[in-house]
Amino acid sequence: MFPYLRLGPLLIQMPLLALLIGLWAGMSLVERDAKRLEMDPSRVGNLITYSLVAGIIGARLGYALRFPSLYASKPVSLLALTPTTLLPFMGLLVGAITFWILIDRENLSLRPTLDALAPGLALFMVFVGIAHVLSGDAYGAPANVPWAIRLWNDYRHPTQFYETLIALTIFTVVCGRYPKPEGAGLNFLLVVVLTSASRLFLEAFRGDSVFLPGGFREAQLIAAAVTGGGFYWMRKWMNIESI
Amino acid sequence: MTESDIPSRKRRWEIVMVASLAVTVLWTFYSRVPSAVGAPLSSSPSPREGFFAPDFTLDTLDGGRVALSELRGNIVVVNFWTTWCPPCREETPALEASYEAYKDSGVIILGLNLTDQDSLTQVEAFAKEFGLTYPILLDRDGSVGLMYQLNGLPTTFFVNREGIIRTVVVGGPMSETFIHSKIEALLKESK
Repeated sequence: MFPYLRLGPLLIQMPLLALLIGLWAGMSLVERDAKRLEMDPSRVGNLITYSLVAGIIGARLGYALRFPSLYASKPVSLLALTPTTLLPFMGLLVGAITFWILIDRENLSLRPTLDALAPGLALFMVFVGIAHVLSGDAYGAPANVPWAIRLWNDYRHPTQFYETLIALTIFTVVCGRYPKPEGAGLNFLLVVVLTSASRLFLEAFRGDSVFLPGGFREAQLIAAAVTGGGFYWMRKWMNIESI
Repeated sequence: MTESDIPSRKRRWEIVMVASLAVTVLWTFYSRVPSAVGAPLSSSPSPREGFFAPDFTLDTLDGGRVALSELRGNIVVVNFWTTWCPPCREETPALEASYEAYKDSGVIILGLNLTDQDSLTQVEAFAKEFGLTYPILLDRDGSVGLMYQLNGLPTTFFVNREGIIRTVVVGGPMSETFIHSKIEALLKESK
């Protein structure tokens, strides 16, 4: 694990660097696939950029809303560059709403646009796995399997490597399925379903799960809901020709 | 593909989806850990979020001695610093203000000076300059800094009442709002 690189007075956060590279590579793929689907790549690129910015702002505001009196007395703190003061769920929600609004305003078709995003999203998930390898986050439960790695004072499942390998497999599968020009949105749903199913599977080997009453893992319940929702929409959007 | 093939292929897809969903539900049940609610899966201490904070006992600047394990039941903020580190200097007033605001709520701030990289005279002058009232601990041989695997200065660990690290902040300076929000989150967690 390699969380920081010191370059003179600079302390570079390697996981953040991996995520930025993933974002850049993912965006490049999205633009390529937008062209293939006869869409304007710059409009699709802008759609992602604005949704991301809105998501980051939403995540910060969501965090601030948990402590309204603190941030009301010092609103300038909203601009602090601290990644630990973000509420990811709120960021996801605001980003998704922005995406939905912009799709409508830009007169882009939802399903082909989502298909254009699919390989880029799958590639980004590979870099999320690499970021976890570098940071040591998303670590495994203690294990005595022969391939266990020594991390955080214990031998553990190398879940970061499992995650990266599975994401790479999903990326390969999705890249091999060229979306049709009319776009069915199924490639995107495939990425969503496979990614959430892989999270549901891998969570059982994780050592950092949040547990709910009854010993259920929070992430597994969310992943199960997303997988179910993905299947539902796949069934709804499916043309028999695409089976 | 004939017309009669279409319903059967659709049906096959539906069966695959239902079977996959059944597997996800079963796996979720199978991988439950009823004994793990509210506790980390690993009992071994490690300097990162979700683990018990590694224990240490150090001398304080005013001649006392503090053991982290003896503070269990309090919220503890462990701030690693040196006098020559500019962001450490910048965030010190925010730490002092936070200590004043929360010390009666069972919140303890430990200013853990890496004395092996500093000088005791300068540490004393620093504490006097900022009027520090929270305990200043002296890591004379750097062993605690090593145990906490520091990657940069300042580094701050927010530890909950059970002794589990909830947030690690590498670098700084932390603002007063930031520190207060992390402490408030820990106070809410223990209610």
